[in-house]
Amino acid sequence: MRIENPDSISKAPDGRPDRDQPAWREQFPIDWPTDDFRSRRDFTKLLGLTSLAFVVGQIWIVLLAFRRRMPLGLPEMEVASPDELAVGDSKIFDYPRAGATCVLTRVASDRFVAYGQKCTHLSCPVIPKPEKNCLQCPCHEGVFDLATGRPLSGPPRRPLPRLRLKVSDGRVFAVGIEEGVL
Amino acid sequence: MNLPSFARSQRLTIVAAILAFVLVLVVLQLWLLTATMESFLAGSGAIVVPAALASLGCFALNFGLLHFFLRKLER
Repeated sequence: MRIENPDSISKAPDGRPDRDQPAWREQFPIDWPTDDFRSRRDFTKLLGLTSLAFVVGQIWIVLLAFRRRMPLGLPEMEVASPDELAVGDSKIFDYPRAGATCVLTRVASDRFVAYGQKCTHLSCPVIPKPEKNCLQCPCHEGVFDLATGRPLSGPPRRPLPRLRLKVSDGRVFAVGIEEGVL
Repeated sequence: MNLPSFARSQRLTIVAAILAFVLVLVVLQLWLLTATMESFLAGSGAIVVPAALASLGCFALNFGLLHFFLRKLER
């Protein structure tokens, strides 16, 4: 049905004339007689597209999961030279690419750990606290276990990405990522 | 599928019911997506494929309801 002038047939649901209507009805006029399938149809299309978008998102996650299972062939990179770090010291470095900041900590004379430095809450850089055996995020007081990278307290719920290390002749090499996303 | 003819008010009620059902399914898909992403970022990939299949099933149901049922109802 084609309506030449929709305003001419606008009327409030209570049927009273315009001058008796509250002010808000003037601000939000609705053509009640034409309020039929049209707007529902648009809403229906929106729902259908939203549903499709969620499926696309799920498939995207599946592809990411498959890609994560494949060996990435990350490069081997020297991150600390002999005697560069005393026990309890830390060092910041980029691995496997520039901008992917990681932190290496010497927790014992023969033991090193390295994690991605981005907090898994909101990506603030975490700071190692070897004296407390943890890594701390100063933004929201998130705390991670220094030995495993698992969250101990605060907002983070996911562990820090942990780097695979190799020690050869006192030199420390990063050779891969054990889990998580840098 | 031949649907019986409904009065306009009956059709509106049926359409509203279908839209409510579809809306619930879309919210379920949103929950599935966020839960899957959370699990994936935590390092677990076990629920990724089942969640994708469940979401696909929801979409198929939505599509069936919206495309076939509503179209037939409009005739």
